Amino acid sequence: MHLKYESQLREPLVYGTKTYHDVTEDIVRPIEAKPSKLWYIGFYIAVALLLFGIYSIYRDVTYGIGQWNLNKTIGWGWDITNFVWWVGIGHAGTLISAILLLFRQGWRTGVNRAAEAMTIFAVMCAGQFPIWHMGRVWMAFFVLPYANTRGPLWVNFNSPLLWDVFAISTYFTVSLLFWYSGLLPDLATVRDRAKTKLRKHLYGIASFGWTGSTKHWQRHESLSLVLAGLSAPLVLSVHTIVSFDFATSVVPGWHTTIFPPYFVAGAIFSGFAMTQTLLVVVRKVFGLEDYVTMGHIEAMNKVIVLTGSIVGVAYLTELFMGWYSQNKYEGYTFWYSRANLFSPYGWSYWGMMACNVLSPQIFWFRKMRRNLYITFFMSVIVNVGMWFERFVIIVTSLYRDYLPSSWSVYYSPSIWEIGFYLGTFGLFFTCFFLFAKYFPVIAIAEIKYVLKTTGESYKEKMGHLESVSASVFAHSGHGHTVVENSNFHVNQ
Amino acid sequence: MAKKKFVVGCFDDEANLFPAVKKVRTAGYKIHDVYTPFAVHGLDHEMGLRETSLHTAGFIYGITGTATALSFISWVLTSDWPLNIGGKPHFALPAWIPIIFELTVLFAAVGMVLTFCYLCQLSPFIKKHHFHARATDDLFVMVIETTEKTNVDDLKAFLANAGAVETDVQIAEEGWWLGRYDKDQVPFQNKIVAA
Repeated sequence: MHLKYESQLREPLVYGTKTYHDVTEDIVRPIEAKPSKLWYIGFYIAVALLLFGIYSIYRDVTYGIGQWNLNKTIGWGWDITNFVWWVGIGHAGTLISAILLLFRQGWRTGVNRAAEAMTIFAVMCAGQFPIWHMGRVWMAFFVLPYANTRGPLWVNFNSPLLWDVFAISTYFTVSLLFWYSGLLPDLATVRDRAKTKLRKHLYGIASFGWTGSTKHWQRHESLSLVLAGLSAPLVLSVHTIVSFDFATSVVPGWHTTIFPPYFVAGAIFSGFAMTQTLLVVVRKVFGLEDYVTMGHIEAMNKVIVLTGSIVGVAYLTELFMGWYSQNKYEGYTFWYSRANLFSPYGWSYWGMMACNVLSPQIFWFRKMRRNLYITFFMSVIVNVGMWFERFVIIVTSLYRDYLPSSWSVYYSPSIWEIGFYLGTFGLFFTCFFLFAKYFPVIAIAEIKYVLKTTGESYKEKMGHLESVSASVFAHSGHGHTVVENSNFHVNQ
Repeated sequence: MAKKKFVVGCFDDEANLFPAVKKVRTAGYKIHDVYTPFAVHGLDHEMGLRETSLHTAGFIYGITGTATALSFISWVLTSDWPLNIGGKPHFALPAWIPIIFELTVLFAAVGMVLTFCYLCQLSPFIKKHHFHARATDDLFVMVIETTEKTNVDDLKAFLANAGAVETDVQIAEEGWWLGRYDKDQVPFQNKIVAA
């Protein structure tokens, strides 16, 4: 048994006087109730966007990717921008569930489930872009190393684009396994309290016959810990490899060694922002304010200001190196194509600077970190900024290359390229709405696990322990005796 | 698999569960299992369960992935179809690190999850006997296996004395079978016995 005590200085992670049963009730309620009108409206909008996206992709396959307004010079435009943007958003889920688990950050329990779901949906959206960008999508399987009749001619294992294939597919698989293995006990909870037959049957299938056996829990803990240990370097590797798509080329503005850490920080930055966007709404709509507390929101805002500043340092380092290297192509890209507000794409660079570097600094103030409106607004701003960042990296490096005759001064996406992007929003939110309706958005078992240590009412009972002497505290026994004693004192 | 007779004691707080597990074990009863709504740390030790070796399996799967990626890529690029890329060495290990790493993680994760499901008999369409519906909600359900010699009433009283809020006796199948959760189904074998 471990010591069940946490300092009063730490905010409770669960508010109110709750029993284990209350936790189940609160979190399962949205699944068992009929969805609200708001849910339907949101869901239909998402489905409409998805359908528009599917139509855009249909046109893309029929007419080719020329309909996106890409050209010889700007061969990567919105598509790869969106790919990197979505992959980046996915990173917060793994960071919360894996790295914060290894660092024993208790607050992850309130937000990990929704963030992991967000990861999976975001990676699904991201995967669309490179696939449909292939143009002849029916040959997409060529990226896999399979024995073929052309030699066999293998894929190039030295190419960063192939590394991406392996990285993204591994990332998706591992995130899905991690998410679903964590869901099993909670789906069993939903199953065991289901009233209708259909619900019992479906959750019975989905929960794989989970019973809650101690031996199973022991293995489950071991599994979660190892999967977390594997996911932590995995998530760092994924965006590192995405950055290699650029960094291993010889294009000015891409060919920089700073890319891997800079991309990873940016990914976490945008991922936390998207988590905020979703959770600020979800906690309100489902009445889960006791579980996703202001403390959670504040913790995530702290991560946002930290990673935003790391990204800011990276931007400034790039500018400095653009000058310090005395390479005229680098200098041109960084100081003219990007930092000059009056160059054709200068607006995107300064949009990025304003959204990613300047605006998050507001979170140095506690009041701002704990303000829901500011949080929500900033979460959107950050993701706009991160989209600009990827656009800046890709387009401002490409549009003026070494050969002035092939310069392409203006690239603007067609409605079908925008439609494809909107379609991935549709996919993301359709999935998220369904997830929020049919799955527990908060990890029930994990909340129960921390409830008696960090629940508000339980913390109050243990409060007097801080006034007793260290030796009494140390000898008052482990965990449970402490709780019993404290009850005794309170009653006296 | 066979049906067995079990005595079930339900506890509403893990604080009462730990001493109860100790008492039941010292009294010489055999704990079949304890079903809990969340992972109660230390309960496995208290029950005398051995540590799981799942992580060792994960390590073995991981190095299998490493070996697969390294051997396959090196075979392709040095022997099956060597490409001359600007005169660079065919055995270009640094460039293979990303894929080797990804396959290590992939093999370890997939292998471990499958092993986990196999060991715990978890799969869609699998059904097991659940001793108490609230074991996944707020009750800690201790299940004790009985023998012919066990005095069931004594054991129930013993459990109640140890802090159980609810006790009862169940005759149940201890394994798994294919079934649906919306229907009361009995395992295949028992149907034959009944007929």
